[in-house]
Amino acid sequence: MTTLNSKVPEGPIEQKWSNYKSHGKLVNPANKRKLDILVVGTGLAGASAAASLGELGYNVKIFCYQDSPRRAHSIAAQGGINAAKNYQNDGDSVYRLFYDTVKGGDYRAREANVYRLAEVSNAIIDQCVAQGVPFAREYGGLLDNRSFGGAQVSRTFFARGQTGQQLLLGAYSALSRQIAKGTVKLYNRRDMLDVVLVDGKARGIIVRNLVTGEIEKYFGHAVVLCTGGYGNTYYLSTNAMGSNATPIWKAYKKGAFFGNPCFTQIHPTCIPVHGDYQSKLTLMSESLRNDGRIWVPKKKEDAEKLRNKQMKANDIPEEDRDYYLERRYPAFGNLVPRDVASRAAKERCDAGYGVGSGFAVYLDFAESIKRLGRETIEARYGNLFQMYEKIVDENGYENPMMIYPAVHYVMGGLWVDYNLMTTVPGLYALGECNFSDHGANRLGASALMQGLADGYFVLPYTIADYLADEIHTKRIPTDSKEFNETEKEVKDNIENLKSINGKQSVDTFHKKLGKIMWEYCGMGRNEAGLKKALELIPELRKDFWKDVKIPGGTDEFNPEIEKAGRVADFLELGELIVRDALNRKESCGGHFREEMQTEEGEAKRDDENFAYVAAWEFNGLNAEPVLHKEQLEFKDIKIAQRNYK
Amino acid sequence: MDLTLKIWRQKDAKSKGKFVTYQISGISPDCSFLEMLDQLNEKIISENSDPVDFAKCPVSFDHDCREGICGMCGLFINGRPHGPDEAITTCQLHMRKFKDKDTIVIEPWRSKAFPLIKDLLVDRSAFDKIIQAGGYVSVNTGGVPDANSILISKHNAELAMDAAACIGCGACVAACYNASAMLFVSAKISQLALLPQGKVEAKERVQKMVKVMDKLGFGNCSNTYACEAECPKLVNRSNIARMNREFLSAKICSEKETQQIAGV
Ligand SMILES: Cc1cc2nc3c(=O)[nH]c(=O)nc-3n(C[C@H](O)[C@H](O)[C@H](O)COP(=O)(O)OP(=O)(O)OC[C@H]3O[C@@H](n4cnc5c(N)ncnc54)[C@H](O)[C@@H]3O)c2cc1C
Ligand code: FES
Repeated sequence: MTTLNSKVPEGPIEQKWSNYKSHGKLVNPANKRKLDILVVGTGLAGASAAASLGELGYNVKIFCYQDSPRRAHSIAAQGGINAAKNYQNDGDSVYRLFYDTVKGGDYRAREANVYRLAEVSNAIIDQCVAQGVPFAREYGGLLDNRSFGGAQVSRTFFARGQTGQQLLLGAYSALSRQIAKGTVKLYNRRDMLDVVLVDGKARGIIVRNLVTGEIEKYFGHAVVLCTGGYGNTYYLSTNAMGSNATPIWKAYKKGAFFGNPCFTQIHPTCIPVHGDYQSKLTLMSESLRNDGRIWVPKKKEDAEKLRNKQMKANDIPEEDRDYYLERRYPAFGNLVPRDVASRAAKERCDAGYGVGSGFAVYLDFAESIKRLGRETIEARYGNLFQMYEKIVDENGYENPMMIYPAVHYVMGGLWVDYNLMTTVPGLYALGECNFSDHGANRLGASALMQGLADGYFVLPYTIADYLADEIHTKRIPTDSKEFNETEKEVKDNIENLKSINGKQSVDTFHKKLGKIMWEYCGMGRNEAGLKKALELIPELRKDFWKDVKIPGGTDEFNPEIEKAGRVADFLELGELIVRDALNRKESCGGHFREEMQTEEGEAKRDDENFAYVAAWEFNGLNAEPVLHKEQLEFKDIKIAQRNYK
Repeated sequence: MDLTLKIWRQKDAKSKGKFVTYQISGISPDCSFLEMLDQLNEKIISENSDPVDFAKCPVSFDHDCREGICGMCGLFINGRPHGPDEAITTCQLHMRKFKDKDTIVIEPWRSKAFPLIKDLLVDRSAFDKIIQAGGYVSVNTGGVPDANSILISKHNAELAMDAAACIGCGACVAACYNASAMLFVSAKISQLALLPQGKVEAKERVQKMVKVMDKLGFGNCSNTYACEAECPKLVNRSNIARMNREFLSAKICSEKETQQIAGV
C-alpha cells in the first residue's frame, strides 16, 4: 500500500520554494530534446505548461477535445486573477494572500503549496503583461485592480469581464509560438480515454480522434493532465458542455489517488434555472458583488406577490428589503466567500423569501448606478449585463438581476504532492483537475492564478526532478504490450456502450444523475440523504449500462459516443463524491453537513478529527475505495474558526 | 412554438450534402437556439428508426461554453452567421427571436478555407495557423520586467481590448462574399500594434500573418464590411484600416532596407 508523501521541502515556509529551485535536479538541453512530454488540456494550466516546456527544449505533444486550443473552458472565466502586487498600497503581501487563501479554504489546504502559489502570483501578472494581455488600466497608465470575495484588499487584476479569455489567449499565443517552432505538436479534436502505465510509471495515453473515430496511442516520458474540473457530474453547472472527468477518472482507476472529491463549489451568483430543457447555467461574475447589493423582501407576503408577478422588485420600499449578507456579515458584507453567500441565499429561499420561481434572490445595482453613473457600471460589467439580458430578456440596469447559486468549480481532484505529481510516478495533474491549493472553498480569482502558476512557474521546475532520472529511458514503441492492452480496454468499452442499444438517450441519464447529486450532495448534505444517494447512483448506473441508446457509427464524428463515455465515468465519480461527503462528518467550506452547524447556522469544522486530505484509492469496481489520510499541519497560520462578521 | 427546420446534412467532407426537413413542436421561447437543437436531437434519438442512416441520427454541430465566449459554435441561420440578433453568438440566440410556425434554415459556415467535417461542423484550424505565423509577442516564460514598468494609456489599453475581444468563431469569414479573414487577422494585429510590447515585432508580424492568410485561401477585402455587421463581439472595421497601414509601412520599410543592403 502506498503511503502518502507530500514531499514538502524542509525549511521555513518563505524559503521552501527558493531552496527547492536552487537545489532541484536539472536536465541539460541536449537531453531535453530526447524527452517527450504529453500535456492533456489547453486551458490556462495546459497551454502555459506546454509553452514553457517547449521553450525549455522538451518535446511536447498537447491535446484538447475542442477544434482549437483557444477554446478551453478557461476562456469563460470572467472576473479576474489575484496577485500580491500591493499596487494599491492597501496592505497586501505574499503572506496575506497566502493567509486569505488558506483561511478562505477553511483550513483544508496544504500550507506549503499555497505559500508557493502566493509567491509566484506576481510573476504571473508580469508574464501576462509582457505577452500583451490588455488588463484594465488607470488613467495614469498603471494597472487597475478590483476586490473579490474573502479579501479586504484590492488585488484582483482584470480585463473587463473577460479576464479568462485574455489570459488564455496570452497562453495560447505563447503556445502557438512554440507550435510554429516545432517544439510543441498540437492534437486537437482528440478525446483522452485512458493513460498507459509501463512498469508502474505513466508512459502514454490513448485518445479517440473525434473526427474519424480512430483510436490513437501516444508515448511520453511523462504525462501531464490539465483537463479541468468535474462540475458536470451535477449535469447543470457553469462548466462547458464538454467539460469532463474522464482523464482523471481513468487515472484514478489506474492508481492515482483522488483528493477530497466532495469539495465542490457552488457559486452564489448564477442565472436561476428556468426550464427542464436547460443545458447549462450561466455565471454572473463575482466581481458584480463589488457594486451590486444582494437582497430579498423582508416580508413573506411581498415575496409571494413577487413570485406571482403581482408586484415588481422596484415597488418594494427600502425599509422592506433585507440585505441579508450585509446584515449577517457586516465586516465583509456582499463580499463574503462563495460558500457563505450561497448558503445564505439557500437559507432565505428555503425560509420562503425567495423571488422569481422561489429559488432566486436579487442582485441590485440601483445604488451604485446612482453613486457612480450608469456609464461606469456599463464600462465595468457591460458584457455581463448584455449576457443577462440575452438569456433572461430583462434589463439589469433598470430592474435588479435575479440570481441563484449553481455548481461552478471543484476544489477536489487528483491528489498531488509538492511536485504536482500524482501517486502514479510520471503522472502530473495541474490546474482545476488537481486538489491542491484551495482546500474546502476556493476564493474568487484564485483558479486562474493557480492554473498559470502551475503551468508557467511550478511544473517546469518540478518535472525536471523526475525527468533527470529518465534520460536513459528509450522511447517505448506504441505497439508494445502495455499500449495494446490499454487500447483494447478502450475499444471494448466503446463497443460495449454501443452494443447496449437501449431506449434512453445519454442526456436522460446525465440529467437523472445531476438531480440526485444536487438534491443529496449539493449545498446542504446530511447522512440520510447521502446514504440514499449511495443507493440511487448504483441503480442508475446499472440502468445506464442496460438501457442507454447511442445512434450513429463509432468510426465517425459522433457526439453521442463522446457523451456516453463521459457519463459512464460521471456515474462512477458521483458515487465517490457522495462517499467522501458521507465520510467527512464536519462542515467546512463548500461542504456543509447539516448535522454540523453552529447555533447561527454557520459551518462547524472538526479540526480534531478531520484536518486531513481524504485521498481515495480505487479498489476495483465492486469494492469500496480505500481511504488514505494526509494530515494537514498548520505551522504558519493559526487555525481558527472562520469569521467574516 | 412549432417550427419547421431545414438543416444541412452531410455525412463527411467527401459525400454530397442535402437539406433535410424536420418538424419540432412545443419549444419554449425562453430556450436557446442550441437547446432547441438539443430537443430536436432527443427526438431524433427516440425515433431513430435506422441506426446507420446519418440523416436519422442526431445533427452534429460545434459548441462548448454556451455562453458566447469560446467561439466554438457557429451556424448560418436564415442566411446570417449566428442568426437574427445583433452582437451575439449562436449559443446566445434565443427562440424568442423567432415566431411560432416559422421555417428556419440552418447551414454550416461555407468557405474554402474552412472545409466541412460533417453536417454543420467545419474545420477552422486555418485561424490557428494564422496566429502561429506571428500572433504573439516573442517572450519566454520568466525574466520579464515588472508589470507596472510598462505604462500604457487607458485609451490604447481599451482599444487593444476591443480588438482582443475577438473569439475566433469565423462569422466574419462566413459573412463575407469573398470569404475574407481580414477582420480576424486585423483584430490580433491591432491589439498588438496598439501596445508597446507588440511594437517591437510589428513589422514582421503583419507581413507574416498576411502571407499565411493569403496562402490558406481566404479572399480579399472589398470593403463591404458584412464582417463587422455580423461580428458577435462588435470588432470594429477600423482594425482593418490599421492593419492596412501597418502592412504598407512594413512593406515600405522592408523595401528601403533591401535597397540599402543592395547599396542602391
Ligand atoms: C464561468 C466561469 C467563470 C470563472 N471565472 C473565474 C474567475 O474570474 N477567476 C478565477 O480565478 N477562476 C474563474 N473560474 C475558474 C477557472 O476558470 C477554472 O478553474 C480554470 O480556468 C481551469 O483551468 P484549467 O486549465 O485547469 O482547465 P480548463 O480551462 O477547463 O481546460 C481543460 C482542458 O482540458 C481538455 N480536456 C478535458 N477533457 C479532455 C479529454 N477527455 N481529452 C482531451 N482533452 C481534454 C480541454 O480540451 C481543455 O483544453 C471560472 C470558471 C467558470 C466556469
Ligand atoms: S458555444 Fe461557446 S461561443 Fe457559443
